[in-house]
Amino acid sequence: MIKTQNRIATLFEERDDSSKVMSLFLTAGYPDLESTVDLILGLEENGAELIELGMPFSDPLADGPTIQHSSNVAIENGITMNAIFEMVGEVRKQSEIPIILMGYINPVMRYGIERFCKEAGEAGVDGLIIPDIPIEESQIITDHADDNGLSLVYLVAPNTSDERMRQIDAQSKGFVYCVSVTGVTGAREGDEVARSVQRFISRVKENITQNPKMVGFGIKSYDDAQRIAADMDGFIVGSALIDTIREHYPAEGWKDEVFAFVHSLKYDKS
Amino acid sequence: MNYDLPTKSGYFGRFGGKFVPEILMPVLEELEEAYDEAWQDESFRDEYLDLLHNYVGRPTKLTFANRLTEHYGRAKIYLKREDLCHTGAHKINNAIGQILLARRMGKDRIIAETGAGQHGVATATACAKFGVECIVYMGAEDMERQKLNVERMRLLGAEVRSVESGSQTLKDATNEAIRDWVTNVEDTFYIIGSVVGPHPYPKMVRNFHRIIGDETKNQLTEAEGRNPDYLLACVGGGSNAMGIFYPFVDDESVKMYGLEAAGLGADTDQTAATLTIGEPGVLHGSLSYLLHDKEGQIQLAHSISAGLDYPGIGPEHAHLKDSGRVTYVGITDKQAMEGVKLLSELEGIIPALETAHAVNYLDELMPKTSKDEVVVLNCSGRGDKDMGTISKNL
Repeated sequence: MIKTQNRIATLFEERDDSSKVMSLFLTAGYPDLESTVDLILGLEENGAELIELGMPFSDPLADGPTIQHSSNVAIENGITMNAIFEMVGEVRKQSEIPIILMGYINPVMRYGIERFCKEAGEAGVDGLIIPDIPIEESQIITDHADDNGLSLVYLVAPNTSDERMRQIDAQSKGFVYCVSVTGVTGAREGDEVARSVQRFISRVKENITQNPKMVGFGIKSYDDAQRIAADMDGFIVGSALIDTIREHYPAEGWKDEVFAFVHSLKYDKS
Repeated sequence: MNYDLPTKSGYFGRFGGKFVPEILMPVLEELEEAYDEAWQDESFRDEYLDLLHNYVGRPTKLTFANRLTEHYGRAKIYLKREDLCHTGAHKINNAIGQILLARRMGKDRIIAETGAGQHGVATATACAKFGVECIVYMGAEDMERQKLNVERMRLLGAEVRSVESGSQTLKDATNEAIRDWVTNVEDTFYIIGSVVGPHPYPKMVRNFHRIIGDETKNQLTEAEGRNPDYLLACVGGGSNAMGIFYPFVDDESVKMYGLEAAGLGADTDQTAATLTIGEPGVLHGSLSYLLHDKEGQIQLAHSISAGLDYPGIGPEHAHLKDSGRVTYVGITDKQAMEGVKLLSELEGIIPALETAHAVNYLDELMPKTSKDEVVVLNCSGRGDKDMGTISKNL
């Protein structure tokens, strides 16, 4: 049941230059197992064009407190790889939004890399982001991802050299994930991001030429997104979304609060 | 030497590698270059050896354990006395080596993780000696269990940061140290305390400890005119074991045993017997055996010895297990306590609880040996730090 046209490629081909692609990161199984599918559909309705669905891991060493928390809650909720595939399958009954599974290699390896890629492809997953697989270690997964129509997205960071950016661009599929600041994931104060980001962005523009460029890490508002993504194809928000869920769940109407926040990220400053 | 691992990309057989976020790749490359260059540089080696000699107290003695030998009535038993090192364990060899490298690289902020506190104390000591800022990450639960070592680190001028995430033990302290590292890559050097982590750490830490095996080889040649028949060492992450094993890997007549912590038993869920019951996986940057559940979530390890209480193992040990070169056996908490008593009563040496795991294996090994053979046991640390636990369990 492998798709003929990759949804990520289509998204960037058809994108209107006047607006930025908004990708949202959501931890599967957070805040509870039942809400994930509804959240994805609601995020799409409110402006998300790409979903990065987090596969929780007990030891997320590149993540800050927010995603550590959501991962722990999801694991306590009993999240499994099979449940994640089922969630994607449910979304696919109602939506064609591109879905990328994002998470550390250990749970994938434990599941079996070949089996994981096959079942992810069958469920309707479009791509993978595995932050602890740098290009040097990619041989264990590349062929299986390719065979199942999964775009393997790589990251570049502010300390990635020009030459290495070009190597990563050559190997990345779907887009290149540009990490705007060194450090772990998490929402940051605007000026902290702004200070170092300009030089990085100009190097990214120069060296990432074959793939669309998505920028992430530290974005928490419409203004942040517009400023940081000005020269990019789009932006990624993760921790700020999880923080918003955490703030409102499980009060009545919590999803509406979350969707309102997402809407504001994409469309206005309020 | 025929044994020439790791490969250039950091693999020991199918284990090892660099499974880290992109931010750390340039840092590891820089570290690898700096280490390889330093290790070839005579002036670096001279400074390292001078400190080991005049500050750490090397070479440590190789003591003939006459009463222990009589007790079993078989092979001669020698003890490699790493317990006599400054700070009380082998850990300081590596801390000194890495801090010299950090200085050479112009990094003036040192971070480290610690479980029982021994590596933290060794790092804090080295930082005090060089007047360098030192931050040690330690699980909140471990800080409670190892109060004395926390006080030692603070007295030495280190900042001990309590880690409240996850299980609040060594693996979480390591996560937090890595998070600090990715945030402060420019000026920070991460001194990893065992032969774990991404390449080049397993190789580098092993090489900073190989002096244990090199000295053993020379000292035993002097005492007995030969190589040992058996080497015994405890294994948590595996640094003292790699240190004594490595110079003997090509000497096929030397049988090597790594004793890991089985906790309440390798068939219970209260264990740290990674090589006995673990499955391959990636934790803290390298591929090795791990304790994890069927979803790949890391399981909590258990051992009476905080230094062995880790759900992973150095990738070189994983390779040496698969290749059959080293035999790994689990020793329970109870057996380790017997090891503490045995060595204390017969040799006047109170071993660290970690070391006691290796001591207890003599019960199993010695009846199979003969009088013309020689056993060397790496006495990796002294037991002063464990007196609280020991007196509770005697």
